[in-house]
Amino acid sequence: MPRELTQNRIQKIWIPSKDDKPAVPRRAGGPYFTNSPTVIVMVGLPARGKTYISKKLTRYLNWTGVPTKVFNVGEYRREAVKQYSSYDFFRPDNQEAMKIRKQCALSALTDVKSYLLEEGGQVAVFDATNTTRDRREMILNFGKENGFKVFFIESVCEDPNVVATNIMEVKVSCPDYKDCNKTDAMEDFLKRIECYRASYQPLDPDNYDRDISFIKVIDVGRRFLVNRIQDYIQSKIVYYLMNIHVQPRTIYLCRHGESEHNVLGQIGGDSGLSSRGKKFSGALSRFMEEQNLKNLKVWTSQLKRTIQTAETLSMPYEQWKALNEIDAGICEEMTYEQIKERYPEEFALRDQDKYYYRYPTGESYQDLVQRLEPVIMELERQENVLVICHQAVMRCLLAYFLDKSADEMPYLKCPLHTVLKLTPVAYGCKVESIYLNVEAVNTHRERPEQDVKRGPSTLMRRNSVTPLASPEPTKKPRIKSLDDHMASTSTSLSGFAASDISTAGQPLLGKACLT
Amino acid sequence: MGTVCMTNCPTLIVTVGLPARGKTYISKKLTRYLNWIGVPTKEFNVGQYRRRCVKIYKSFEFFSPDNEEGLKIRKQCASTALNDVQQYLSSEGGQVAVFDATNTTRERRNVIIKFADQNGYKVFFVESICEDPDVINANIVQVKLGSPDYADCNTDEAVEDFMKRIKCYENSYETLDEVLDKDLSYIKVMDVGQRYLVNRVMDHIQSRIVYYLMNIHITPRSIYLCRHGESDLNIKGKIGGDSGLSERGKKFARHLGDFIHEQNIKDLKVWTSQMKRTIQTAEALGVPYEQWKALNEIDAGVCEEMSYEEIQEHYPLEFALRDQDKYRYRYPKGESYEDLVQRLEPVIMELERQENVLVICHQAVMRCLLAYFLDKSAEELPYLKCPLHTVLKLTPVAYGCKVESISLKVEAVNTHRERPENVTVNRSREEALQTVPSHL
Repeated sequence: MPRELTQNRIQKIWIPSKDDKPAVPRRAGGPYFTNSPTVIVMVGLPARGKTYISKKLTRYLNWTGVPTKVFNVGEYRREAVKQYSSYDFFRPDNQEAMKIRKQCALSALTDVKSYLLEEGGQVAVFDATNTTRDRREMILNFGKENGFKVFFIESVCEDPNVVATNIMEVKVSCPDYKDCNKTDAMEDFLKRIECYRASYQPLDPDNYDRDISFIKVIDVGRRFLVNRIQDYIQSKIVYYLMNIHVQPRTIYLCRHGESEHNVLGQIGGDSGLSSRGKKFSGALSRFMEEQNLKNLKVWTSQLKRTIQTAETLSMPYEQWKALNEIDAGICEEMTYEQIKERYPEEFALRDQDKYYYRYPTGESYQDLVQRLEPVIMELERQENVLVICHQAVMRCLLAYFLDKSADEMPYLKCPLHTVLKLTPVAYGCKVESIYLNVEAVNTHRERPEQDVKRGPSTLMRRNSVTPLASPEPTKKPRIKSLDDHMASTSTSLSGFAASDISTAGQPLLGKACLT
Repeated sequence: MGTVCMTNCPTLIVTVGLPARGKTYISKKLTRYLNWIGVPTKEFNVGQYRRRCVKIYKSFEFFSPDNEEGLKIRKQCASTALNDVQQYLSSEGGQVAVFDATNTTRERRNVIIKFADQNGYKVFFVESICEDPDVINANIVQVKLGSPDYADCNTDEAVEDFMKRIKCYENSYETLDEVLDKDLSYIKVMDVGQRYLVNRVMDHIQSRIVYYLMNIHITPRSIYLCRHGESDLNIKGKIGGDSGLSERGKKFARHLGDFIHEQNIKDLKVWTSQMKRTIQTAEALGVPYEQWKALNEIDAGVCEEMSYEEIQEHYPLEFALRDQDKYRYRYPKGESYEDLVQRLEPVIMELERQENVLVICHQAVMRCLLAYFLDKSAEELPYLKCPLHTVLKLTPVAYGCKVESISLKVEAVNTHRERPENVTVNRSREEALQTVPSHL
């Protein structure tokens, strides 16, 4: 007898009723698949963009709903060795330092294990140089022992300009060099790189490393070598890495001008601009001209109000259906008051869990993220772009750029007639908010006061799972006595004394759904 | 992507590689994929031009590097093919042309690059490298033995001759080189996808092509497509909605479960939409399944849960417009088949990655997926026959897809509406409803 189905009230997903016994015992309970977690291992000399890639990739994976976290061994080292003195620490003949550095790597791997096996993580990014075969062998064994897939990302670059730029952007201002001037910092760092060079064994696809899964990124993405992709997530990672670039550029996000529905407090629909909305379009046009960009792409949705806004710019624009506002289903074109009156239960459910809540016959923010993923991918490929979209859509896009969690996303402030200018800088994104001085109604509804919020009990297809903000890197306490640790450490991590290292409590993250 | 602004110059994809390395397989598959996602693409196989020119193939000696006459003809064929490429890209609205030939010498490739420069085309090379004799033999058996060239040979003779043919190319083969070709845009596919080398991807379409090539495989497998069991709304002749299965629909689900078990498919994945009727169908199988919102039926917007009679009554103009261009027509506040294709692209990509999969979906969705596998045009797609209670088993074979239709012997209403004769907006009610299948 097939099981009865009920529709979960928030996500509107059909699941077997809880009280029926399953006809056939199910793996892990429910219509989703569990997958081996993945350890992504960065490889490369210092200043080759490993941390840049780690952080960006983590932000992307989290946004698409794959719980991911970076483990940066350099940060472990900074916790262990409070004061960095000079590049001498990295000399290959500095035995004391070598011990500490190995210790830090092992400590980080312990945390990786904990994250992937106990904290609901799906992907861990192990960010370190990992330039020797020995080190990589150790990590492969670690992966094998714990049932993790291992995927290497090597960044190879010998363009001195790129390396110097990297050092200036992110190294000279790092804690290691807080007491140095820029020139000294640069000089020291270059010597640091040399310490690694002699022992650097790049991934060798033809022989030694032919059986491992990896991507070699050469010269900042001019060239890629991809070996033995094992699964969906590795394929997505490769695609993402092949689409990102480091050219300076700016992304402008804004909503359409105020619409007639906005004025009446009605959500959704396909109305035209109000007169203030038209005024905003003019202001937007002038603003974009002042920005004096050499090549600007303009994207709109396929709803009238964004297109009307773009029309005033007098430049070509491209319409994306994927940028349409969230579909409010049966609540389309109603005001919040009307919704509260006609569908009080739905109204309450939405406030309970605005990210997962799907309007009946409509969409949720979670659905939006899935729909917007190709837009994000194309934004990564592009350079200067102005995206004229809608409130919920803009919140999703902004959450990607600013690494906001699913919890925060539906409450991000995206007021009408305000342009957000996003510029990539160092490891993140600078954001400037420019109000174009044309009045408009406020369409922002704050998060209501409430107590416990529960996430969904059933998780769906990988593409539509919770975005999570990239977790804060775990801070390690200083390793007090190296000898104690050395005594108990073997090459295998299982012997490592985990009790000495405390993990900053990580909240239990929802299980991701992957094949 | 959007439709208002498209200022892309056309792209010329050029295959590179020894014979029997899968160039034509890749060319055809890529062409099928690009056309399905809406990029007008056409392949130009130089071997076919050669067969038109040299009516009878005698032996591998035609391909010998010392055969001057042969070389002249082959060069001529390549030239003719390029002319046709130019015609397609510059005059016939083509966006991508796939130039399928060995193109194993730098000299030949330079000719093509020059041709592309003159015409303002971007060039992207796809090289296939493989030295695994098993793979090469399998290729020869699958697609060469049946070629017109070997119509009058037995298997052994054909294989022997073909091996010698390959040898003719080997000495002059100049693979795409890391240094010499560093400024070209290309992907090298090695050992049937074990490894890839990607150089200078220039734009969106090249990036999509690379992603696609990295996701396809040639491991034998089957894809099963079917619709949910008959639903309560089906019986009433109404479209869309989220109703449950009728009694016959439930019976179909049970039969489907039996069928799956009998087929004894290794590691079968089951996918459904997020609509009740597909999930109910999957529940009867007693195996884990994965729900995809992307597999939901086409959104009929204001016409949701109406019968065709009701649509004719309330929206006669819309109804006529739909019949005029069923592929592009978007229901007010709903979707078009064109929108469906865009929404289904990630499903197709994942289907390419997977092996044995059963997809339980809906009529319009199934038509879109089927059109991808069977290379059907946008005009044919919305009228493909996908009846209830019938499983389509798709198995890749040679350059295409074998399809077996298996009816699970449970009666159901017919939901297929043919294009009526009169699609003008001032047609009568009878003319509009001429082809509506019967229902309650």
